[in-house]
Amino acid sequence: MIELINSIVQGILIGGLYALFAAGLSLVFGIMRIVNLSHGDLIVLGSFLAFFTVSTLTVPLWLMVVIIPLAMGVIGYAIQRSLLNKTIGPDVLPPLLITFGLSIILQNGLLQIFTADNRKLDFGAIEVMSVEIGGIAMGWYAILIFLIAVTVITGLQFISYHTRLGRLLRATTDDPEIAKLMGVKTEHIFAIAMAIAMIICGIAAILFAAWTSFTPLSGPSRLLIAFEVVVIGGIGSIWGTLVGGIILGVAQALGGYFDPAWQTLAGHIVFVIILVLRPIFVKGFR
Amino acid sequence: MSERHCKLMHQKSRRSILKGGLAAAATTAFPLPLYAQDRPLKVGYVSPQTGPLAVFGETDNFILNGIRQSLAKGLQIGSNSKDIEIIVKDSQSSSSRAASVAADLIESDEVNLLLVTATPDTTNPVADQCELAEVPCASTAAPWEAWYFGRGGTPERGFDYTYHFFFGLADALNAYTSIWNQIKTNKTVGGLFPNDADGDAWSHAEVGVPGMLPNLGYSLINPGTFTNGTDNFTAHIAAFKEANTEILTGVLNPSDWNTFWRQAQQQGMRPKVATIAKALVFPAAVSTLGDLADGLTMEVVWAPNFPFVSSLTNESSAELASRWTIETGKPWTPPLGWTHAVFEVGINALATASDPYDRESVNEALAATDIITTLGQVNFRKGPFGRNVSITPLVGGQWRLGGDFRFEVDIISNDFLPTVPLTADLRSLHDI
Repeated sequence: MIELINSIVQGILIGGLYALFAAGLSLVFGIMRIVNLSHGDLIVLGSFLAFFTVSTLTVPLWLMVVIIPLAMGVIGYAIQRSLLNKTIGPDVLPPLLITFGLSIILQNGLLQIFTADNRKLDFGAIEVMSVEIGGIAMGWYAILIFLIAVTVITGLQFISYHTRLGRLLRATTDDPEIAKLMGVKTEHIFAIAMAIAMIICGIAAILFAAWTSFTPLSGPSRLLIAFEVVVIGGIGSIWGTLVGGIILGVAQALGGYFDPAWQTLAGHIVFVIILVLRPIFVKGFR
Repeated sequence: MSERHCKLMHQKSRRSILKGGLAAAATTAFPLPLYAQDRPLKVGYVSPQTGPLAVFGETDNFILNGIRQSLAKGLQIGSNSKDIEIIVKDSQSSSSRAASVAADLIESDEVNLLLVTATPDTTNPVADQCELAEVPCASTAAPWEAWYFGRGGTPERGFDYTYHFFFGLADALNAYTSIWNQIKTNKTVGGLFPNDADGDAWSHAEVGVPGMLPNLGYSLINPGTFTNGTDNFTAHIAAFKEANTEILTGVLNPSDWNTFWRQAQQQGMRPKVATIAKALVFPAAVSTLGDLADGLTMEVVWAPNFPFVSSLTNESSAELASRWTIETGKPWTPPLGWTHAVFEVGINALATASDPYDRESVNEALAATDIITTLGQVNFRKGPFGRNVSITPLVGGQWRLGGDFRFEVDIISNDFLPTVPLTADLRSLHDI
């Protein structure tokens, strides 16, 4: 019994990381209707930037943690303004193809610059420290990631519903044409949304870079997780991202509890079930 | 297609002439056109230089430079010297790409011989192409069972044109148990096997770890195979903790081992010894573990203190390693040994062939290979089936914090190759 609870607890904790992977993807799709296929590779780009800043530029860890999300935000703004805004229209295909191309460019560019070597950020002792509660050992680092995920999601929710920027974002989501008529600079709002998504990617990238080692080709598997979380939690829903992350994490953990070979498959099965059932309970968590 | 057919027909007829007992006289009795004498001998080389397997190809350029330098004046064959052209192709870590570049080398470049290294995903498709087109091929850096049985080989029906040298699973397990026997444990081993080509071979019920470990006095706990890229190993850790496994083994990608080992620490799983294939071979991958790498053990197929001297350059293993470190500023890595060795085997076949331009004759020379390479003796006739496969030695190593590159390898067991000196005693992970 304790092992079952342990599996669920570890699944919930990993769900925090999954939610961080997915939050940006969900935001971008919710506002701009862009399925960003380069999302996973942008996370890996953030991980490499973090690694490079610390190991080659020898920037202190605390400073890097501030710089990288901001840098990712700037990159996000630039990509949206210079590239994706030009493709947004009634046809969903052009942005999809652009992000697919971006994904390939990022993977091979990183491969050229950083080679295929495995890299990892070193956060020191916290990575392996744990606390035991009722016979369940929980890693401090996993707990930290979960708390950061909850904070980020709460922050996103706050921005969305309690600030002027949030109103503009929601207005643009509801109807970009009308928002434009009301004087909203939608191009700018789109780019701001992408910047916020990339800031979250930057945070996820740093945490991921210390969770395990990564290579330039680690992106697609992150995208898959993010995509499943978004679908499970409800497309465009902010809290749904956290719920989706936890559901996926727990589904995998329970699958693994019964047979480790089922771990990844269990996550996919839950994804498919929800994909099929969602139309029946439309607007689930929204 | 018809062109290829013609080529095969042509080879067939030439082979029947050779079989007629005229092999020795072939070059004089049927003089090749003049251009053939002057054109360089072509050697094709396929390895993963980009993609997830690129660590295997990391040393390619360095080794190739050395080989090309030693052949700058041509290869001395009898009284003649022949120019050798080495054509390098990147498999991009994909088996289908490996097969297509091999076909290119065979059809367009018309290589006399193909060499290939690094994991069954690269060696097998290339060897299959060679077998099909009747081009001699030497390969290494994949457990020989995966190369032999993975391609449908049987002892009755071996292969006619393809040859492989490396250790096998049984050798790896012998090396592992010779590490584990050095400390007192409860002899319960936890196994970590992914559901990929390597994991399938290692976790095979009869010829894999589950079949062999009981005969060596150890029991195996295998909770089940997992998917590469798993983020959560709680299920495995729980199973190992429940069975109180004091030994850990498996064949993992570096990132999966990284995730597992960190999570094992978090969840309080502490084995006495962990011996892991693949994830711990390359210094670059080990360095991502940080201090957690200390005390982990693995197989070592080549190290600077291996007692072998290159048959091609007369360079010792230590000299090869130090030249690499000086030129690149990187710590030594096992691909140095096997990449060099595969060229030794290939060039030796060309040098000893009665007609190096003739694929049949090169094939015969390759089959008769008997040289000491940087990796050890290569002799396919002394292998498990008397042909195709030659087993090269391996020793046990343990990572230790220290040295110029933060991590160093201690040689802690040498049952297979006692001439490699032990450099330290095994340290239990409980003492670290």
